[in-house]
Amino acid sequence: MKKKGAEIIVETLIDKGIDTVFGYPGGANIPIYDAIYGRSEIRHILTRHEQGAIHAADGYARATGKIGVVFATSGPGATNLVTGLANAYMDSVPLVAITGQVPTHMIGNDSFQEADIYGITVPITKYNYLVKDVNKLEEVINEALYIASTGRPGPVLIDIPKDIQESTAKMKKNITVRLPSYKPNIKGNPIQINAAVKAIDNAESPLLYAGGGVVASGACKELFKLAKKASIPVALTLMSMSAFPTEDKLCLGMAGMHGTKYANLAIRDCDLLIAVGARFDDRVTGNPNNFAKNASIIHIDIDPAEIGKIKKAFIPIVGDAKSVLSELADKVKVQKRRKWINKIMNFKKEFPLSYENSGKKIKPQKVIETLSELTKGDAIYVTDVGQHQMWSAQYLKFKHTRSFISSGGLGTMGFGFPAAIGAQIGNPKKTVVNITGDGSFQMTIQELATASNYKLPIKIILLNNGFLGMVRQWQQLFFDERYSFTDLGESPDFVKIAEGYGVKGMKIEKPSEVERAIKSALKYKGLILLDFRVEREENVTPMIPPGGSIETMME
Amino acid sequence: MAKHTLSILVRNHPGVLSHIAGLFARRAYNIESIAAGVTDKPDVTRITIVVKGDEYILEQVTKQLRKLIDVIKVVDLGYADSISRELALITVKSSKETRSQIIEISNVFNATIVDLTEKLITLQVVGNDRQIKGIIKLLSFFGIEEMVRTGVIALPYRSTRD
Ligand SMILES: Cc1ncc(C[n+]2csc(CCOP(=O)(O)OP(=O)(O)O)c2C)c(N)n1
Repeated sequence: MKKKGAEIIVETLIDKGIDTVFGYPGGANIPIYDAIYGRSEIRHILTRHEQGAIHAADGYARATGKIGVVFATSGPGATNLVTGLANAYMDSVPLVAITGQVPTHMIGNDSFQEADIYGITVPITKYNYLVKDVNKLEEVINEALYIASTGRPGPVLIDIPKDIQESTAKMKKNITVRLPSYKPNIKGNPIQINAAVKAIDNAESPLLYAGGGVVASGACKELFKLAKKASIPVALTLMSMSAFPTEDKLCLGMAGMHGTKYANLAIRDCDLLIAVGARFDDRVTGNPNNFAKNASIIHIDIDPAEIGKIKKAFIPIVGDAKSVLSELADKVKVQKRRKWINKIMNFKKEFPLSYENSGKKIKPQKVIETLSELTKGDAIYVTDVGQHQMWSAQYLKFKHTRSFISSGGLGTMGFGFPAAIGAQIGNPKKTVVNITGDGSFQMTIQELATASNYKLPIKIILLNNGFLGMVRQWQQLFFDERYSFTDLGESPDFVKIAEGYGVKGMKIEKPSEVERAIKSALKYKGLILLDFRVEREENVTPMIPPGGSIETMME
Repeated sequence: MAKHTLSILVRNHPGVLSHIAGLFARRAYNIESIAAGVTDKPDVTRITIVVKGDEYILEQVTKQLRKLIDVIKVVDLGYADSISRELALITVKSSKETRSQIIEISNVFNATIVDLTEKLITLQVVGNDRQIKGIIKLLSFFGIEEMVRTGVIALPYRSTRD
């Protein structure tokens, strides 16, 4: 029996186990919306903006490890996805975006609500399609889901003209994806793996530098096993914060620009750096020439193009982090490395993260510390972008993988709250906390309506400093305190805004109220916003200035 | 900086060229020349790209190209070690006095005269980059009216290898 294109889309998604879709309808995707109408196998979440929909799909994917799917209409609907696609691309998040397009015969005519989304998204997707033949549709959806979620994950866009959604074709079902040119390498080369084992066994002061790839491939257990067995400390990136338990003595927390001093000292002093699923981002390395200067490098990545991109690898291993780490963990010798571990412990004792607590104004760090103590790592923390993001990475203590969700590569303000929506949809039973700033929150504040409508019990921790804090910090440190357009002026009444959306709101102005407020929010069954009026000009420390190294660190 | 000839086999697919060209644009690698055409297999296209750059750039370009879903194979032919050809059509100004000189030049370069008027001669020339540049240099003396080049296509030498 023949089916309409739109039905083929929905059927294929259902067949492939997609049960949740985020999106926003419009003229060019009405047929798709018509096809999901009344289909109980798929839950559709209607956001208030397409950017909200794609960040929600992204947060859903990061929190669950499943593929995020988003629908949008042509033209403005599709272009509203651009930031979210770039965001998912930079952080390697498996995502499939399905956009409506004007009918085939109108493409290229500057028709109403036409945009060349295929062309626009070439550089920010892992792959993309403009489907011109309904007979190819089923195959394309299968391929897109496969490409998005295998190898180095990433976003895939499928642009489907309205007439293709409406014309009919036979469904084949059980299509096997055949892509001769796409064969991700899962198992590492055995010769290289043995060389790595030898290098690890012989190293005096090895260090694991784990990136988002460890989380993406579900390799946290293997990472833990390797670190413990061979006594190797672990430095994390923003993307891998929840990949290793913070309270373990081998955990060095975040490395890089706002990383801990001890992680950066360990990088300076190690003789072997084992980089896993990490891409030597400039926020981690500063000046790459000075990064891990005394170490030889083992670089493990599923994407061969990452190896040697920034730093030459002494032993390159192309493969999946889980598979390679598991082999390494099995093969390395048990070691204690007393001298190296003692040195690390001393670094940790001597240079802990710290801030001054005057007691007059609420310190943002204190809010996060308190949140961390009260949740004990049993929550999913989703941040926005700015100072509050860095404090979150510094002061939260993580216990479970996929419990820290943050926009790393693109640094997208406005990501946090919709991503928290996605995380909560994917984990209805878990406590989801969105930590945001007054700048970031106002970029996607309309999604309060979404969260409120679906009764999502997200806890919003707003660190309200009245500034675009992180930019103000840079202006203070590098531009002579010329605070050009970073003062947000009179704050809106966030409590009233929340109430307008049917959300509970609380304003907290005194340090003595912090703990009680967070406690009550965690107890509260519904969506709640805590507006913390924090110290306005607090800085994130330590800081290695851009392009610098540990020698130029500011404390 | 050294030149490299990359021979890239891709799925013959609308949009492939834009993915490839986009990759170069985005990473600010300069394409010297690009030419595309189908191979003996109708679903496979061969794209020949000449790039300038050091070993690091070449390695990056190659790896990024291999990462594209539609790319089946990337071979660095080695600029000096491959049969590379380009076709150029050159329309040059000529008068009665200069016509024979132009014909002489075209003979030396094995070019063919494909069009002729009282004031203009159009030549077709096939050769490697050096030969094409050579004839252009000589002809520019007479005044080039219009010109077009196909971009380099290349295959590996088989006879000199085992
Ligand atoms: C969409 C977008 N625009 C601009 C920036 C640049 N930027 C980075 S951090 C920052 C300030 C963020 O302010 P806020 O959300 O209030 O957080 P705070 O730093 O004060 O904690 C800005 C403007 C960005 N990252 N994203």
